[in-house]
Amino acid sequence: MPLQLDIVTPEKKVFSDMVDNVYLPGADGEMGILPQHAGLVTALQPGEMRYLHHGQVVTLAIGSGFAEVTQQKVTVLTDMALGEGEIDESTTEDAIQRAQEKLASPEHSLDAEEVAYLQGIIAQSSAALHLKRKFKR
Amino acid sequence: MANLRDIRRRIKSVKNTAQITRAMQLVAAAKMKKAQDQALAGREYAQRLTQMLYDIRKNFGEESNPLLERREGKRELVFVISTDKGLCGPLNTNLARKIRANTSPDADFVTVGRKLRILCEKLGRRVIADFTVKDPVPFSQTRPIAKFLSQQFLEGNYDKVSIAFTSFVNTLRQEPEVVTLLPIRGHTDGEEQAFETIGKGFNVEDHKNDPQYDYLFEPSPHDVLAAILPLYVNYEVFQAVVESRASEHSARMVAMKAATDNAKKFIKELTLEYNKLRQGAITAELLEITTAMKAME
Repeated sequence: MPLQLDIVTPEKKVFSDMVDNVYLPGADGEMGILPQHAGLVTALQPGEMRYLHHGQVVTLAIGSGFAEVTQQKVTVLTDMALGEGEIDESTTEDAIQRAQEKLASPEHSLDAEEVAYLQGIIAQSSAALHLKRKFKR
Repeated sequence: MANLRDIRRRIKSVKNTAQITRAMQLVAAAKMKKAQDQALAGREYAQRLTQMLYDIRKNFGEESNPLLERREGKRELVFVISTDKGLCGPLNTNLARKIRANTSPDADFVTVGRKLRILCEKLGRRVIADFTVKDPVPFSQTRPIAKFLSQQFLEGNYDKVSIAFTSFVNTLRQEPEVVTLLPIRGHTDGEEQAFETIGKGFNVEDHKNDPQYDYLFEPSPHDVLAAILPLYVNYEVFQAVVESRASEHSARMVAMKAATDNAKKFIKELTLEYNKLRQGAITAELLEITTAMKAME
């Protein structure tokens, strides 16, 4: 297993081990990464990432962020990285709703950065929900 | 020699002081744990982000993003993170000394924390903005600071932005530091050591021999840089505030523990003296009675 994968969020180091392959939700669509991939830096969209770890496919819901790929190493920096078991459906739904309400409320005008932040929350929460429901079925 | 009542009064007052410092110690200890966890948790991310910038530095020139631009001017803006309250040992004094040594004498200031803001005002330095940050530090409150600092730099009001903060080493040790935030020095021109970072996470020396890659960028080099640099500034500011908070609570905990210990020692000494005096008084009294009895016989 020749590819070192590190997944880091501001709160903690989520994962660090050797894996066989990694699939990332890149800015221009999903990309698969195998060992000996060319050096690459990409922006990430909120969505699903997968990797093959000891013969098992692990899926995580991730927020926006960046990934750096070298021939032996993949580093994923993201705001959120949750496995299926860590996602709680009702709190995630609440988060989406709160963010949407805030976006819709006309009282306080939000600046562009705030709007982007809220949209980010909605996008990453939706990604988490999507993953959770997929596994339920 | 002090009399009995005076000593009793002093013991009482020292006891009260000890009680207060002990309470403060416990409060600081509880906050310290949280703040330290936060500071340590954020380091990995900040370090990786720095590493990413360091790895791709050769793919960019100074001109590819305004946040990288070096200017000739000398106008400096210093973002100072101090504490709101005192009683935390030499933390603020050390930071003030560091600032005096490492920044230009006519720099302007942006502050978090009351203590050094007051000092800056006393010294007649210009404080152009003051922010308050809650405890524990929420990321959403440091974002406006980062935005403000970048804006000042981008609008050309200042040519250099530094952060003065206290780096958390461990509970007993905190180090004042002044680090250049903007322009971001991610590129090389023979002075790689200038690549500074918050929280001691990333050491340029350790990575000198890393293999170099020609990176591809997706969606485009320009877009990646435009997204990653502001994120980097945000996280450096956040990490600096978090480190300072961890340092503050650690320093206060240690200072208050020392104060409590001192008070306890003092109480012990006073009690000893009090008992000696008391015994002396009793002996004197007994002596008087027996001599009086002897005289009567």
